[in-house]
Amino acid sequence: MKRRNFVKKAVLSSMVTVIGYDIVFGTIMPKGYKPLGLQGSDPYKMFKMDKEMVILNDKPWNIEAKAHLLDDKVTPNKYMFIRNNGLIPNTINTKNWTLTIDGESVVQKKVYTLAELKSKFNQYTYQLTLECGGNGRSEFDPPAKGNQWTVGAVSCAKWTGIRLRDLLEDAGIKDNAVYIGYHAIDTHLSMDPNKEPISRGVPVAKAFQDETLLAFKMNGEDIPLAHGYPLRLIAGGWPASVSGKWINRISLRNKVHDGTKMKGTAYRVPCEPISPGKKVSDEDMCIIESMPIKSLITYPKSGAMINEGKKLNIRGHAWAGELEVGKMEYSIDFGSTWEKCSIEKPVNRLAWQHFYATIDFPKKGYYEIWARATDTQGVSQPMILPGWNPKGYLNNACHRIAVKII
Amino acid sequence: MEQQKQFKYYVKAIYRLMMILFIMVGIITIGGIYLLIDPTLSVLKKNESNSTYLTTAEGNEDKIENGIHLRTGLVEAKGLMEVINNCTNCHSSKLIIQNRMTTERWVTTIRWMQKTQNLWDLGTNEEIIINYLVTNYPPKKKGRREILTNIEWYDLQD
Repeated sequence: MKRRNFVKKAVLSSMVTVIGYDIVFGTIMPKGYKPLGLQGSDPYKMFKMDKEMVILNDKPWNIEAKAHLLDDKVTPNKYMFIRNNGLIPNTINTKNWTLTIDGESVVQKKVYTLAELKSKFNQYTYQLTLECGGNGRSEFDPPAKGNQWTVGAVSCAKWTGIRLRDLLEDAGIKDNAVYIGYHAIDTHLSMDPNKEPISRGVPVAKAFQDETLLAFKMNGEDIPLAHGYPLRLIAGGWPASVSGKWINRISLRNKVHDGTKMKGTAYRVPCEPISPGKKVSDEDMCIIESMPIKSLITYPKSGAMINEGKKLNIRGHAWAGELEVGKMEYSIDFGSTWEKCSIEKPVNRLAWQHFYATIDFPKKGYYEIWARATDTQGVSQPMILPGWNPKGYLNNACHRIAVKII
Repeated sequence: MEQQKQFKYYVKAIYRLMMILFIMVGIITIGGIYLLIDPTLSVLKKNESNSTYLTTAEGNEDKIENGIHLRTGLVEAKGLMEVINNCTNCHSSKLIIQNRMTTERWVTTIRWMQKTQNLWDLGTNEEIIINYLVTNYPPKKKGRREILTNIEWYDLQD
């Protein structure tokens, strides 16, 4: 038994090298409990996700869905993409968790406990679309650097929390406030404690929207660890990197927030269009704000073979960043003709909208069903790749599926 | 005679004592050597499964199958170990395999990692690493929109 204990101790202390840092009280860790770093062998169990989810990267964890997995109106945890810039926190102490509001533009620095946040402010629930700025990156030519997302880095779950506005007003905002920036407890890949993996933010106007939340719950339950437990900023319709996870500090800034991944090519695109592959200097790059109009066919799964004469019902979701989707169409002849789909209103602002259509095919053969959404300002999805940018953001080209009539 | 008999008796007793001591020293020496080789006396235990804890340390970390380095998924080629040793400490090899860049863009990426991500000076390994990357993971022409590939066909009944 003593040798067993020794082995256990040795394994736990060797985890320092495996997961990179010491587990305090590792030796008295409850039996049967495995820290996240050690559960790495089966991410599907660790993140409670569906076997069809696609792992793009395991350090840091980056996982995406496939179009047909996103068929639910409200995205369940098992089909939610996971995007990390750093390492997921190993332990969360909710008892001692605090959120600090500071920065140049706060009247007075204030610290709140989790319990205070939950009891002092009204709570709201919204269904909010979160899409990674780099969703669709894999299609750019020349190839853009980073995780090669295809179509599945988007979700629309129900988030419950307090309005960021209520909290900032409670702390007191100076007139010169321009931006907010979040800070969190995740660890930089290099393990350097002085580096933040990511610290982004939004202009005050976005922070003040009704739907911008500091969330405690996702789909009615505590937010899963990989999605930001116990506190996540949610700013729907903007690149999901704005919706910071594991938040413990929000700074009210008197200038555009200058945290990690706010500069250079990170979540920024050329202010003026450039030719593919061209170099852009930092001062000519602009921060991405609202995500563009986009849609996804979630049923049927690509590759369906249907008997001649049968009608095919298709469905999916469409979203338009800060705007609403005004029109939804499909084409089975590569854009030569477009037919209208019916499209529902969003359940609330910044939630995706569901579309439906019934398709009659004229004869046997190979078809592609292309879906095209148009926002309320008349802007549509392009059929080919939109403007090239160094990090391959904002690919909102039409989604398509292959179908055979036999 | 009595004295001679007693002397013989003592000699025999000393001889026996010496033999016992010699055998004991022998046993201790052999036991000691065995403990040096197998300090946990694993031979005496029945298949106690301590393998669960130790498999990773015992497995062949750098096994290569069909030209792929199994642990990392990287292509076996000149520069593989330099890439593993310098490029997979902070991030997974999966990030390398996903990306397709030219020499110029890999240099930019390496400089960015050195400036912001605590990557060290790669010295003479830099050229080896970049050569490995552009040779084994070259950019692919995709044009403005690729055709759909890898379609898994299935019968749709509904």
